[in-house]
Amino acid sequence: MSDPIKLTVDGREVTAPGGQLLIKAAEEHGTYIPRFCWHPRMKPVGMCRMCLVEVEGPRGKVLVTSCTTPVAEGMVVHTKSDVVKKAQEGVLEFLLVNHPLDCPVCDKGGECPLQDQTLSHGPGESRFVEEKRHFEKPIAISELVMLDRERCILCARCTRFSDEISGDPLIEFIDRGNHTQINTFPDEPFASYFSGNTVQICPVGALTATPYRFRARPWDLEAVESTCPQCSVGCRVSVQASQNQVLRLIGVDVDATNQGWLCDKGRFAFEHLRAPARLSTPLVRGADGELHEAGWGEALDLIASRIGAVIAERGPAAVAGLGGARSTNEEAYAFGKLLRGVLGTGNLDASLGDDPGAALLAGVPHRATIDDLERAKTILVWGPDLKEELPVLHLRVRRAATALGADVVVVHPRATGLDRDAAHVVRYRPGEGAATLQRLAAGEGDLAAVRAALDTGPVVAIVGRTGLAESADLADAVAAFALTLADAKVMPVARRGNVLGAIDMGVHPHLLPGRVAASDAAARAALAAAWGCAVAVPGRDTSGILSGMADGSIAAVLLLGCDPVADHPDRKAAAAAFDKAPFLVSLDLFLNESNRTADVVLPVDTFTEVEGTMTNLEGRVQKSNRIVPGVGASRPVVEILEDLAARLGGSIGAGAAAIAKEIALVAPAYAAVSWEALDWGRGRDGIVVAEGPFTHTPERRATDPSVGALTLHLGRVLYDGGTMITAGPSLARLAPEPAAHLHPDDASRLGFAAGDRVTVTGNAGSAAMAVAIDPTLARGTVYLPFNLGASIGNGLEVKVEK
Amino acid sequence: MTDRILTVRMEAHPTDSHTMARYEATGGYAALRKALAMKPEDIVAEVKASNLRGRGGAGFPTGVKWGFLAPTRPRYLVINADESEPGTFKDRQLLERDPHQLLEGIIISSFAIDAHHAFVFVRGEYPRSARRLQQAVEEARAAGYLGRGILGTGFDLDVTVHLGAGAYICGEETAALNSLEGRRGEPRIKPPFPAVAGLYAKPTIVNNVETIANIPWIVMNGGAAYNAIGPEGSRGTRLLSLSGHVANPGNYEIVMGMSWRDLIFGIGGGIPNGKALKCWIPGGASAPWFTPDLLDTPVTLDDIAKNGSMAGSGAVVVMDETTNVVAAAWSIVRFFSHESCGQCTPCREGTTWLQRILERILAGQGRPSDVDLLLDVCDNISPGLRWPPAQTTICPLGPSAVSPITSIMKHFRDEVVAMIPGAVTAGV
Ligand SMILES: Cc1cc2nc3c(=O)[nH]c(=O)nc-3n(C[C@H](O)[C@H](O)[C@H](O)COP(=O)(O)O)c2cc1C
Ligand code: SF4
Ligand code: SF4
Ligand code: SF4
Ligand code: FES
Repeated sequence: MSDPIKLTVDGREVTAPGGQLLIKAAEEHGTYIPRFCWHPRMKPVGMCRMCLVEVEGPRGKVLVTSCTTPVAEGMVVHTKSDVVKKAQEGVLEFLLVNHPLDCPVCDKGGECPLQDQTLSHGPGESRFVEEKRHFEKPIAISELVMLDRERCILCARCTRFSDEISGDPLIEFIDRGNHTQINTFPDEPFASYFSGNTVQICPVGALTATPYRFRARPWDLEAVESTCPQCSVGCRVSVQASQNQVLRLIGVDVDATNQGWLCDKGRFAFEHLRAPARLSTPLVRGADGELHEAGWGEALDLIASRIGAVIAERGPAAVAGLGGARSTNEEAYAFGKLLRGVLGTGNLDASLGDDPGAALLAGVPHRATIDDLERAKTILVWGPDLKEELPVLHLRVRRAATALGADVVVVHPRATGLDRDAAHVVRYRPGEGAATLQRLAAGEGDLAAVRAALDTGPVVAIVGRTGLAESADLADAVAAFALTLADAKVMPVARRGNVLGAIDMGVHPHLLPGRVAASDAAARAALAAAWGCAVAVPGRDTSGILSGMADGSIAAVLLLGCDPVADHPDRKAAAAAFDKAPFLVSLDLFLNESNRTADVVLPVDTFTEVEGTMTNLEGRVQKSNRIVPGVGASRPVVEILEDLAARLGGSIGAGAAAIAKEIALVAPAYAAVSWEALDWGRGRDGIVVAEGPFTHTPERRATDPSVGALTLHLGRVLYDGGTMITAGPSLARLAPEPAAHLHPDDASRLGFAAGDRVTVTGNAGSAAMAVAIDPTLARGTVYLPFNLGASIGNGLEVKVEK
Repeated sequence: MTDRILTVRMEAHPTDSHTMARYEATGGYAALRKALAMKPEDIVAEVKASNLRGRGGAGFPTGVKWGFLAPTRPRYLVINADESEPGTFKDRQLLERDPHQLLEGIIISSFAIDAHHAFVFVRGEYPRSARRLQQAVEEARAAGYLGRGILGTGFDLDVTVHLGAGAYICGEETAALNSLEGRRGEPRIKPPFPAVAGLYAKPTIVNNVETIANIPWIVMNGGAAYNAIGPEGSRGTRLLSLSGHVANPGNYEIVMGMSWRDLIFGIGGGIPNGKALKCWIPGGASAPWFTPDLLDTPVTLDDIAKNGSMAGSGAVVVMDETTNVVAAAWSIVRFFSHESCGQCTPCREGTTWLQRILERILAGQGRPSDVDLLLDVCDNISPGLRWPPAQTTICPLGPSAVSPITSIMKHFRDEVVAMIPGAVTAGV
């Protein structure tokens, strides 16, 4: 865009940035030009012809599509002339000629641009008397999306999205003229992690998503804006519900984060909220060893007396708490306050050992925001496959590469979703990360060009765990290297929705609320003064707590929305710890691998059911809102914890709103954060909290272990065995089968073919699974998707046998 | 005075005018030698001076188009050999009977515009044309007229002959570019024009086969000599494809300026079987029709335009008095509806609707309101029903389907009305 220019729209002189599209310039000055195919986040195609306007030219007025015409100095535009009106009526009549007009049974009815614009700009009636065009309908083009070609108005929004935005062009027009239709390729379904966006932007009811089909009429829906909790990108969503049931999520367009898009996991995982397996009443283990339904009073009394007894007998250091990364900041704060203040234990951790380390997450200097990607010239991605773990961040990096000209450098053991758009791709074996970093930093050999690319700033380095078999030190080392680059910022990434928020709230042995070092006695004293009770000294982190459980030194554990047996990289060690059966309390939505041995399980209200805030991977605090009640007897976490605190002679605060105010007072980084300041509305993109006071200087101390012929890459996939995936019918069936992926050279060396059943043995056990061939994998590597049922430990050493 | 340029060789040597041997024996590639010794900008100047106008349909001055090229490199030349408009069959003759003449034009034009790769987009149903041209390309490469360092100069050129997949719309220049790139054959939004961002988004010149086949003659004889042939605005010769109800259908290379009467009744030999002339299409299926009152007007680009139609691609289709004009219009409308790429709502839906209304009328099921309906649907594709047409569409294909309907409504409204039960002829 260049300097502002002046133009005349319907007789009114207005100013617009040179090069801006007319349709947008007009809209910004209050003149709405009807449209179907134009979408502000995609390139214009000028296909529907609905946005025609007249522009005065040397040879009189000409009709042009305002979505393809940039404004120019002195341009004179008529958007409501008789010719324009006639043309718009004509286009609408044409669109309706073959439209089935099955509005009464169409999900789009009531929020349909075709209905709305027919009313506002269309002819009163159709003169078409012949038989309409017919197609078989609807047809499933994927597990999640149905296509009705009769309703389709051929606007190319869905095809453009798949091609331009998500980069998986699995749908395309076929045939021509009046037979033009959307279709998939033979034998290839529209299996995109982003397919729901096409449903959202389809201007008619041609694309519908199975979870919402026939569930509601738009006018019966209530909506509230909120933040997707499924990963740490923190996409802004509109949660829409009817009759106390969430029915769909719609992406909200904000520049800072998701720009309107959502991934299908974020969009459809809400189904777990009303899954039959969801807990709706407290459960207490009876004398028969089984869990039985219980009343809240009974359950909380039991917890208070058992924990009280543990503290009395063994001291508070025998108590620990894990979790909080799936909770709101207010819940995490309450959890930390209960543990540190009321129970007096410093054993607490929100991070499950599957992220790049709390120090890097919370204390990285020069933290990048997602929007820094808009200005980056070079983007280094050495971490998870973003498409699998942080899908909408993947879209933002892809946009930087494909639309903004940034050079992307991907370092990973196998192909990632970004490779096709990357300027450089570096493959390495897990276990050789430090050496690879060494070679990259020195620009050795084939890495010279990659190293040279990194010299062009601004650089954004996205750093995290490529897989769970590799040490978290590697991410720290990569961050340290990145900080030596010109004009560089670093974005440490972890997957779980509010892991940074929970750490910021002090759910970590070494950090108090607001990223204050817990070892600082003065800071503890200040907090104690605010809390009105003593603040425990630093205790154990997750691995310390697990080993304490295993050796008996930890006798009581509180789990807050947390399933270490499934999610800890060393699942066997976690399982062993839980098998020792300390007194175990779990606040959760479902029974899971960790809490199946719990003594008390408490059902909690969750996303869409509670009000609070979340902090995404940028440190951006955003609001989450309530629109439906919980299920059965479930209760908000903060109320449960307060009742428990009261029974133990303390208090953590009355309700999330009060806690939010307290956070602003005691957590320095969060001083400017308040629910009022975050209330969604125009222009409110959350608040990015300042860096510090705790800071961490990343170090290149990672070293490579010596590993044998095969090394393990334990990567994640979007649809894994997580409870939020498996509890909802739509996503559950999308989880792939576990398989041992081998490079073709390794497979032939070992004598395996795709589909062979093999036994894979790691440091903690063996599992049987099929072989899959992956030519993109670094040689000498076995790739196993994490959390798909099979567990062999997370040591790098691995064997594959018949 | 020269009255033929393009068809001299093929007339004189009907059996082997397509071979390299015959081409060289009859002065072929001399123009190329001459051109390579010229400055490229001087060749462009000669083409400008010749006032050669494009033969693909729009009649745009070729030298002026070349002057629009954006300065960036690489640049491409694309030859439009998609020739799919009903009644047009002139390029085929040039491709099959004198491919080297076209090729020499391509090499000279590429040199003039500094293109090092030229593409010829050949209609999918013309495999023989493509074979002949491919053979010529191979002969020329063997003879050093193509490839690296052509004729010892520093000029390199490669020519790719590409066979289309059978869609008329790929004759529209930007659709041809999409198709060459492996995309759907759909016209692009202009601007940017191909001269600025064409094939692979690089500056590209798209010219018709016949246009480029004239280039060797212009280089050999000079732009001024070419500009001396024919009336102003229609310089040079032109290949017209004469078809329909004429005694001698075929391609004729003529100097423009003669009357329609001379063309249809002289060259064409008149209407067979003693029938009377009813009307004719002066320039391809998209052109509005002419009626016998215009028989004595001149056949020039400007006169045809002044009389409300266009010379277009040079297809003259003659209809005698027995013609059912509704059926004739239907046949053309059906063609455009079938060939619509489907991008634009008015073209995709409108042309099919028009076709179906005409089908109803032909089946005796017309309604009195259909006369107004036909015209109003046309108006929604081509507002104002003006000539040259306005359009609500991306490319002119949609409005092309309007021409036959406005033509029959203008000249034969009574015949249309008579086919509709219950409709009343406007009494005077
Ligand atoms: C629907 C449509 C079909 C066309 N088909 C052809 C064609 O078959 N051959 C052709 O040379 N030009 C065709 N044209 C014109 C081309 O777009 C373009 O103007 C021409 O190739 C330019 O060459 P010229 O300047 O040498 O005439 C067509 C145009 C339209 C709108
Ligand atoms: S399916 Fe919807 S988004 Fe896709 S082309 Fe059709 S109307 Fe447009
Ligand atoms: S990318 Fe993350 S935050 Fe965004 S919709 Fe997906 S899961 Fe939710
Ligand atoms: S006018 Fe017809 S052929 Fe031309 S672009 Fe539009 S739909 Fe395609
Ligand atoms: S909105 Fe401009 S053509 Fe569709």
